[in-house]
Amino acid sequence: MATSSDPHGLTSGGVDIHPFWGKLSWDVFPFYDPIILSTFIGVVILGLAVVGAITYYRLWGYLWTEWFTSIDHKKIGIMYMVLGLIMLLRGFADALLMRGHQAMAASGSEGYLNAHHYDQIFTAHGVIMIFFVAMPFVTGFMNYVMPLQIGARDVAFPFLNNLSFWLTVSGAILIMISLFVGEFSTAGWLAYAPYSGLEYSPSVGMDYYLWALNIAGVGTTLSGINLVVTIVKMRAPGMTYMRMPIFTWTALCTNILIVATFPVLAATLALLTADRYLGTHFFTNELGGNPMMYVNLIWIWGHPEVYILILPIFGIFSEIVPTFTGKRLFGYTSMVYATCVIMILSYIVWLHHFFTMGAGANVNSFFGITTMIISIPTGAKIFNWLFTMYKGRIRFETPMLWVMGFMLTFVIGGMTGVLLAVPPADYVLHNSLFLIAHFHNVIIGGVVFGVFAGIIYWWPKAFGFKLEPFWGKISFWCWLIGFYLAFMPLYVLGLMGVTRRISQFEDTFYSVYFIIALIGALFVAAGIGAFLVQIVQSIRKREELRDVTGDPWNGRTLEWSTSSPPPYYNFAFTPRVYEIDAFAQMKREGFTRPTTGFVPIHMPHSTATGVVLAAILTVMGFALIWHVFWLAAAGFAAALLYGIGHTFNYDRDYDIPAEEIRAIEDKRSAQLAQAAE
Amino acid sequence: MKRAVHIVALFSCIFLAGCDLVVLSPAGDVAQQQGELIIYATVLMLIVILPVMALTVFFAIKYRESNKNASYEPEWHHSFSLEIVIWSVPLAIIICLAGLTWVATHRLDPYKPLSRISEDQPIDPEVKPLIIQVASMDWKWLFIYPEQGIATVNEVAAIVDRPIEFQITSATVMNSFYIPALAGQIYSMAGMQTEMNAVINEPGVYDGFSANYSGAGFSQMRFKFHGLDQAGFDDWVAKVGASGQNLDTDTLERLNQPSIAHPVTYYGTVSDTAWDRLVNLCVDGDSLCRNDMMMVDALGGGGLEGLWNREMFRGICSAEDPGAFIAMLRPEMRLRAGEIVTAMSLLPDATQTTRQ
Repeated sequence: MATSSDPHGLTSGGVDIHPFWGKLSWDVFPFYDPIILSTFIGVVILGLAVVGAITYYRLWGYLWTEWFTSIDHKKIGIMYMVLGLIMLLRGFADALLMRGHQAMAASGSEGYLNAHHYDQIFTAHGVIMIFFVAMPFVTGFMNYVMPLQIGARDVAFPFLNNLSFWLTVSGAILIMISLFVGEFSTAGWLAYAPYSGLEYSPSVGMDYYLWALNIAGVGTTLSGINLVVTIVKMRAPGMTYMRMPIFTWTALCTNILIVATFPVLAATLALLTADRYLGTHFFTNELGGNPMMYVNLIWIWGHPEVYILILPIFGIFSEIVPTFTGKRLFGYTSMVYATCVIMILSYIVWLHHFFTMGAGANVNSFFGITTMIISIPTGAKIFNWLFTMYKGRIRFETPMLWVMGFMLTFVIGGMTGVLLAVPPADYVLHNSLFLIAHFHNVIIGGVVFGVFAGIIYWWPKAFGFKLEPFWGKISFWCWLIGFYLAFMPLYVLGLMGVTRRISQFEDTFYSVYFIIALIGALFVAAGIGAFLVQIVQSIRKREELRDVTGDPWNGRTLEWSTSSPPPYYNFAFTPRVYEIDAFAQMKREGFTRPTTGFVPIHMPHSTATGVVLAAILTVMGFALIWHVFWLAAAGFAAALLYGIGHTFNYDRDYDIPAEEIRAIEDKRSAQLAQAAE
Repeated sequence: MKRAVHIVALFSCIFLAGCDLVVLSPAGDVAQQQGELIIYATVLMLIVILPVMALTVFFAIKYRESNKNASYEPEWHHSFSLEIVIWSVPLAIIICLAGLTWVATHRLDPYKPLSRISEDQPIDPEVKPLIIQVASMDWKWLFIYPEQGIATVNEVAAIVDRPIEFQITSATVMNSFYIPALAGQIYSMAGMQTEMNAVINEPGVYDGFSANYSGAGFSQMRFKFHGLDQAGFDDWVAKVGASGQNLDTDTLERLNQPSIAHPVTYYGTVSDTAWDRLVNLCVDGDSLCRNDMMMVDALGGGGLEGLWNREMFRGICSAEDPGAFIAMLRPEMRLRAGEIVTAMSLLPDATQTTRQ
């Protein structure tokens, strides 16, 4: 990383390009920075320990055949969640560094980060939290839960699903490499032009950003197509659109948003990449470039993106609330329409991110008002959950606690959001810490709370035992208190006119607020820690927490009708659906599980193609970042040939013999009988 | 209502340990109205937010599993009248808020000349606004006073109760020009000129800074805004004028080099072309100005014809005086000189405000 005497990062950007090594040289390893060096040593030791442990327990073969090459949507879903969790630790470490630094800097010292390092950290924090934490989490849920909810045996394109996952991993790996080889972008999570252009950001940091997102973005787009097709074509007989569980509905709307907007992101980043690599001038200050066009394009993707994150989470809450109130969801139809309305409106609000760029009053009012209109369907959703609780029997198990935390927190974030949508108010609040507090209010209070609620809710389905509640509750309370301590002071600081992305402060007036925010961040750290302890403790006590029924919460949708964990074919017989909440209806009408008459089930084979292709593309991305063009060309050719070669692989599927199914189902019958005794 | 705003601000300050919420109690009339709008909108939304929060807690307690007295209707999932209410109450609030937004956005459009000095002081049509040209650079602010013929770096002053018109551009990446106590913020963008109309109502020294991240020196891109009375302002202008430094082309080019925490600097005289060079991105002596480039484009663009024109054209004339250019045209082009002059007269003036 360049030091502060090199504000533009020119030393790392202006190096000569070697014909074989490109920009790579010994100087790109940031050994001179003690913070990075110690992190690097820590990561290497931890990495070696993990690799050593896997080798010692001879798990490589198991991981490779059962997980990495698996095209089972359930395993891919779990791998997405693991990816999200690992990257959450990285993204949160960045957050702690920032909070600690600002608390010190605002108290009169210089803090421990120079501007160049600080700028990389807030950029990495944003990029990682959105693209490699929140996105993998919601994609993981949709992958795991949605096919089970619609009574399908896998997604429409199982291999594509595996490839999508590994492309996302590829992007995450490139970002992690940037920590130790070269540096990361300093341009903020959306890389506003012209700052992100070659003239102002000549270093490789921006290129890490671009190639990581280019590659991961392809994965997300493919996954979106896959899941839309799955929902449209693979629902169980009888499951009309208006009988789909709400989570599936939100997954449908989310993936339509992904399919419609991620190509915009891909095109925008491709144009910026062309500016940096090919000497074009789409977004530069010079030669007819138009930076405002970049800002428009990135937000045309960026605003729907926040609904891509929150809609599935609304779906999760819509599953949890009816289950733990023992009641049908209030206003199913209006919930569906609210979701669709939000999906459509999310496309016509993007300009509210830059009211202050000089648009006229008519334009600003239009986008301000469309933004406010979104709060109507969102409000309707809140009311629907509220009236689902009304005349229910509410069990406050851990997922329901998260829901309560969400409902009380999210409305505050929604309110400040509508406030920011009033253009004259935005003139004074734009880019302030008030804005930072607002979007953390909806992303933590909405997305993160929902992710934890969902993990605890569906964990027993995935692993066959519940998560123990003690540490789960500690985690919840730490997160809740931590959130309020960390972000309420930021609202106040915003009203005091403190802007975002500041690394040095002139006066010490603000320090008390930053110190409170730091304490909040430490509470959140405790919450994450407690969550990890909860998982470890639950695995240790898994026999006590075991659930053999497959339906530990008295669930209402089809995923609870099969065993926990579900067999790899999900359902021995495809269920028939007669109304909303299919499984609740089956239970009410005394449905009995069929134990005879099994027929062979057609299933896809595992394949290593996804892992191999993503590995090749990671190398290609790395080569492009460092201008090692011969390697990039070789990587591209290899990926192309390997991809074409894969299309000639005709051994893609097989039939599970009826005998094998009978054996698995008989075993479950025995388990159920034993549990009933 | 203004009193009510102060009461709310005071009330929150008690909770916030005597803080200075400059956004809610600023010294400029525009920011004052923006701050009031925050309060109105918040109150309007609390009409629905507070009952929702209260009901959430109430239902959570009342319908907890252990309370067997509460009624339990597992199949109750629809009520037409209730659905009407839950859609129409937010709708009603949003209709009010949308009306408020439309009116306020138009009234407080930063491009619009002010319609009042303060709540109880109308605008005097005789008084011209004080024009201040603002350019963000890596990483400092340059202020040019065309009327007074002076320029400053990282310090700006204006007269209390006299309208100010800021013309804003950037010589570098995007920044946002923001004085919280004054009138909100507007982005500064290279090759474009944005505008903001404002007025300061109370004398004092206020903070200003960039509110859009712009790189390594961003945190230090701060300046002081002085609200002065007429006499104080005149003294200030005299002080700047007496500094003896001249913001000529070379000085401007040197100033444009990146620097962090640039000291306050005064320039007693300013080159007439300084602002045009800033807006048209040709502070560096050897770069082609944007308005000239547009003219080149109109005359043949980046093709062979255009390259020929551009080489000839570099720094020798402006759109207002095409004579030198026409004299240098190749003979075969000279036949079309009349056409070219017509084309020039139709050229957009690049210094005009860029608006969507």
